[in-house]
Amino acid sequence: MSFDNAYEALVEPGTTDEAHWAFGTGFADQMTGVDRAVPSDADAGNLAAYCLMLADDALVFSQRLSEWCANSPELEEDVALANIALDLLGQARLLLARAAEVAPEVRPAAAPAHVPDEDALAYFRDERDFRNVRMVEQEIGDFAVTIARLLLFSSWRLALFQRLATSRDPVLAAVAAKGCKELAYHRDHAVQWTLRLGDGTDYSHERMRAGLARVWPFQPELFTPTPVELRLAEQGIAVDPADVRSEVDNVVDTVFGAAGLERPQLPELSPVAGHAGRDGIHTELMGYLLAEMQHLARSHPQAVW
Amino acid sequence: MTGEREADTLERDFQHTVDADQRIEPRDWMPDGYRRTLVRQIAQHAHSEIIGMQPEGNWITRAPSLRRKAILLAKVQDEAGHGLYLYAATETLGAAREDLTQKLLVGKQKYSSIFNYPTLTFADVGVIGWLVDGAAICNQVPLCRTSYGPYARAMIRICKEESFHQRQGYELLMTMMGGTDEQRAMVQDAVNRWWWPSLMMFGPPDDASPNTEQSMRWRIKRHTNDELRQKFVDMTVPQAEKLGVTLPDPELRWNAERGHYDFGAPDWDEFWQVVKGNGPCNAQRVAHRNRAHEEGAWVREAAAAYAEKRARGLDRLAQQQLATGGVA
Ligand SMILES: [Fe+2]
Ligand SMILES: [Fe+2]
Repeated sequence: MSFDNAYEALVEPGTTDEAHWAFGTGFADQMTGVDRAVPSDADAGNLAAYCLMLADDALVFSQRLSEWCANSPELEEDVALANIALDLLGQARLLLARAAEVAPEVRPAAAPAHVPDEDALAYFRDERDFRNVRMVEQEIGDFAVTIARLLLFSSWRLALFQRLATSRDPVLAAVAAKGCKELAYHRDHAVQWTLRLGDGTDYSHERMRAGLARVWPFQPELFTPTPVELRLAEQGIAVDPADVRSEVDNVVDTVFGAAGLERPQLPELSPVAGHAGRDGIHTELMGYLLAEMQHLARSHPQAVW
Repeated sequence: MTGEREADTLERDFQHTVDADQRIEPRDWMPDGYRRTLVRQIAQHAHSEIIGMQPEGNWITRAPSLRRKAILLAKVQDEAGHGLYLYAATETLGAAREDLTQKLLVGKQKYSSIFNYPTLTFADVGVIGWLVDGAAICNQVPLCRTSYGPYARAMIRICKEESFHQRQGYELLMTMMGGTDEQRAMVQDAVNRWWWPSLMMFGPPDDASPNTEQSMRWRIKRHTNDELRQKFVDMTVPQAEKLGVTLPDPELRWNAERGHYDFGAPDWDEFWQVVKGNGPCNAQRVAHRNRAHEEGAWVREAAAAYAEKRARGLDRLAQQQLATGGVA
């Protein structure tokens, strides 16, 4: 590019946006060449519901992580947490699109026809229709809470995605395979910080301990399968989250050992009459999160962005 | 006497290098004033990148589509990266990032005044990309050929990214102009609010800008404020026409004789008020940075303590190995 005309880039031909971001937006055309056929024995409604679970976990956690941008302890961390938020947002977008592709009826009726599927699902669904676990919707908290949550969530999701990479649904398999690389980085980032905080100063040790205690009660929900997951797991399409429990326990215990932290002895957060995040029963914080995320899109339903 | 002659020679050689459009590198001799001015200029630029994350970051959680959310998040993340490259460039001049950060936090060093204006609608995100990144590019493109090597190289990378921020901003505005009446009104309103502050980004008029001459001789500034402002207006007017918005300046018209657009004067009183700290968001922006810095202190301390423990541990290990002849 020439440096004499600042506006040249506006009309520069044949460039894709992707190459020009310092750290990449990481979502365009990753799925080219992937077979999009739904396995013939799969129930489309179940598959869509499963995609929504995985999508909503990523979307809602990404929303929370993006709150750190311009607020983190150092510039490098602004960059790193934004990177992680972007990766998760990318995963969410692919999974939301897949849900609507296999079962168009999941598109909320309130969304005008011109709104893309991913946005219809993100912006026009009501709280009860979000399928994320309750851990990811909790307030961002301090840095230790964020690291504790990132450690548990990314260790769990990585173990899940490693198995999902051989799913009989080709799209899920592709999303998972790509996601593994991202999640391995997220987990590593969380591990490094858990070590620094756990084995840094007495004060940081105490903060890290408190951070773990804040998120620990939400952790069993990650490993509790829904009937949809069990049905799809039997068909080799989904992964039963209970199957990754021991692996995740191992990872987390190893990190705790190295960081001088103890596994919290805290009971699971109770569901409501047997229902939790996967059933659309969330905590009070979810409503505020959605109000903030959705208000502009909903105030101008006919708008194009 | 010899010392003085030597200094003269060094100074002459330095100016010679600069005049020949060659680069001064960190280990080359340079006048103290050059070093000081550069540190101040680059630090102010770095601070602007960091403070600039706030007004746009303001819309990340509310971005109205997932694609726009990703683009905005990536953009604000880029700005953090720009801050990092620029602080690294100041370090080659012997400055310390902590020290510069401290000066920003206590208000001893400035950042671009444009970021003391609020982002009130999502159209502001587009207009900042178009006008603010656009003005920044006009300012910075000539700095890709500036005399100090590390600064010039940082600017090349930054300009490339800024030009895509600008393109994304413009594309958002184009999309919004093709949307509803409310969206078009939103864009026009944002243009009305950001136009004059964007013109102010080039600094006061040349006759009120005392440092320009020396900086031009050192080639750490390559055009005057008024030249750059004119260039920005000339480039922006056709873009505004294509977009279908009106720039809020009744005096704006093409002057065939000059081959440039004539335009009105920004409200310089407002400019100086904002520079002095009385803009709509000055206190908020600096308080935000101070809060984030203070809240993160225990984390940075923990990281430092951990690194020190590791280093000591490794030292001990190495000594043990030496003592036992374990090192081959
Ligand atoms: Fe920048
Ligand atoms: Fe920028």
